[in-house]
Amino acid sequence: MSETAARPLVEVQDLARYFDVSKPLLNRLLEGGKRQILRAVDGVSFDIPRGRTFALVGESGCGKSTVARCVVGLYPLSRGKMIFEGVDIASMRTREAMRPFRRRLQMIFQDPYASLNPRWRVRDIIAEPIRAHAILSGREAIDARVDELLTQVKLNPRDGEKYPHEFSGGQRQRISIARALASNPEFLVCDEPTSALDVSVQAQILNLMKDLQRDLGLTYLFISHNLAVVHHMSDEVGVMYLGRLVERAPSKELFRFPRHPYTQMLLDTIPDIDMTGRQRQPVAGEVPNPIDPPPGCPFNPRCAFANDRCRTEVPVAKRAGEALVACHGIEEGRVPVIERVPAPVAA
Amino acid sequence: MPNHLLEVDRLKVVFPTRRGTLVAVDDVSFHIDQGEVLGVVGESGAGKSLTGAAIIGLLEPPGRIAGGEIRLDGRRIDNLPYSQLRRIRGKEIGAVFQDPLTSLNPLYTIGKQLTETIETHTDMTPTKARERAVQLLKDVGIPAAEKRIESYPHQFSGGMRQRVVIALALCANPRIVIADEPTTALDVSIQAQIIALLKRLCQEHGTAVMLVTHDMGVIAETADRVAVMYAGRVAEIGPVRDVIKHPKHPYTIGLMGAIPAIGHGTERLTQIEGAMPRLTDIPRGCAFNPRCPKVFDRCRSERPDLLATETSLASCWLYDDQRAPAREAAHV
Repeated sequence: MSETAARPLVEVQDLARYFDVSKPLLNRLLEGGKRQILRAVDGVSFDIPRGRTFALVGESGCGKSTVARCVVGLYPLSRGKMIFEGVDIASMRTREAMRPFRRRLQMIFQDPYASLNPRWRVRDIIAEPIRAHAILSGREAIDARVDELLTQVKLNPRDGEKYPHEFSGGQRQRISIARALASNPEFLVCDEPTSALDVSVQAQILNLMKDLQRDLGLTYLFISHNLAVVHHMSDEVGVMYLGRLVERAPSKELFRFPRHPYTQMLLDTIPDIDMTGRQRQPVAGEVPNPIDPPPGCPFNPRCAFANDRCRTEVPVAKRAGEALVACHGIEEGRVPVIERVPAPVAA
Repeated sequence: MPNHLLEVDRLKVVFPTRRGTLVAVDDVSFHIDQGEVLGVVGESGAGKSLTGAAIIGLLEPPGRIAGGEIRLDGRRIDNLPYSQLRRIRGKEIGAVFQDPLTSLNPLYTIGKQLTETIETHTDMTPTKARERAVQLLKDVGIPAAEKRIESYPHQFSGGMRQRVVIALALCANPRIVIADEPTTALDVSIQAQIIALLKRLCQEHGTAVMLVTHDMGVIAETADRVAVMYAGRVAEIGPVRDVIKHPKHPYTIGLMGAIPAIGHGTERLTQIEGAMPRLTDIPRGCAFNPRCPKVFDRCRSERPDLLATETSLASCWLYDDQRAPAREAAHV
């Protein structure tokens, strides 16, 4: 991807979020336990140019949803910066300072059953951001805007009078998207937006999201555990493992030349729907406990290429081709990078 | 005609409600041979799990079998009294469910649960049963099986628990295992391990598997044949390669196009407009007709049976040689 002169819309620098998961103070005093800190996210950096999609992918517990929540400001950061159009919004201390930015970044959540208030009519759910940010005033103007939003997400304006329970999962996710769009945001954080949906409905939502991006020039941070969905949606991909970004590369590059051994392993686990009968590395082991991560590279206990350096020294991200990879093996040339031939398109 | 291991013949499962009877599984027929993996795929509410539950006799009341037959080795098992069904369940038919935590009793060690099942279904002595339990745990790839047998379910991770559940299902060397979404609750890297394990075990033990899932990728990896379900009916059934590469039923075609795949540089996914009908208003004729791009008059009035295509069986009037308009037009 060519470097554009314009500054990226979103820059995340060395983002970290720790959680204190120790026992209560009294128990620690009586039982003599130590403080326990869960480093859910530990030093993640990326940036997203305007109108592009950056995807974070990883297994459960790798910290991808924590990144999403930090980026929109639902969690304060333990360290690092979240720069939106040149302004570090994570450092803002007051609601007043934050207000002009709130409208411009919105979030879509995974579970469309939990993220809509069941007692509100859809019209009111979608109008809430408009009222909260005082974007429009007057009942008629707001109603007209809600109708427009409902049409934009391919629902019927008459659906506004209904309650969320009257809709299927896919339709509810459309309502969530309409609500997110209500404040005319520029940046949407989508945390597993289709994981709770069936494939045919997932296709409808992914197509809708791509259309909206094209029509409204939206910028997406797209979080998913599904590599095929990430491949379909993203311009650039970050692979997370135990709170760290192990590899970051343009989407085409990542799926063609996965470099980090963890990325290679993830790509190997995708079910082979084209039935090419390709051979694959057997996958070993499981994600370790994030409270007590292994020393050195977090992936070293599962990595076939690990040596003593990997077990002691934490790797930092270095450039390799078009990618940024945090791996001693790649840096030293010990890890073979094999081109993945894209599966032939089914006739 | 040779006997299949499991035959499901025009199975119908209904739920009586205050507003009338809902037909959740309607005229579903298929068979599974020894050592074969049949995938049953469909979206939520297609009736795939209920079909599995009906076979093992675990339908939740008020759901009940209202018609059809289920035969294991030619012997009807759908109308057996509870005491006899209990002897078949576990011994001849094993089951693996989606959530391994709810399939295991949290108060007993896994060793206790394994040996109890083995002793119930075979006449092994407790010592022998324990040896077998350790062997089973080794088979499913649990490290240090002799030690871990004393552990409780909460001491295992999700993937390891699912391995224990699979060991439990295999205790009595069943002829067939019904696996209902066995990998859905697991991470992708663990999913790959569990799929490989299921495949290896059926090859080694000659066990047949009915694999119920919503994930076409898992089916492609594991199954020999696949049945695609829609609104309680079988839309298409055939060898897995044919159904995936050359789907015949318009629903299967749409479904395959809707799955994003790496290596296919498509900008847009195929969309099937609308959603699967609720059980309360399944349309007349073919259940898929309001969403079907190739619908014609007959689809709206007459319900198609499974018809032979070149590769698979599809319940679609397009494959009725005499009456399909496309073919008539081709002859003119």
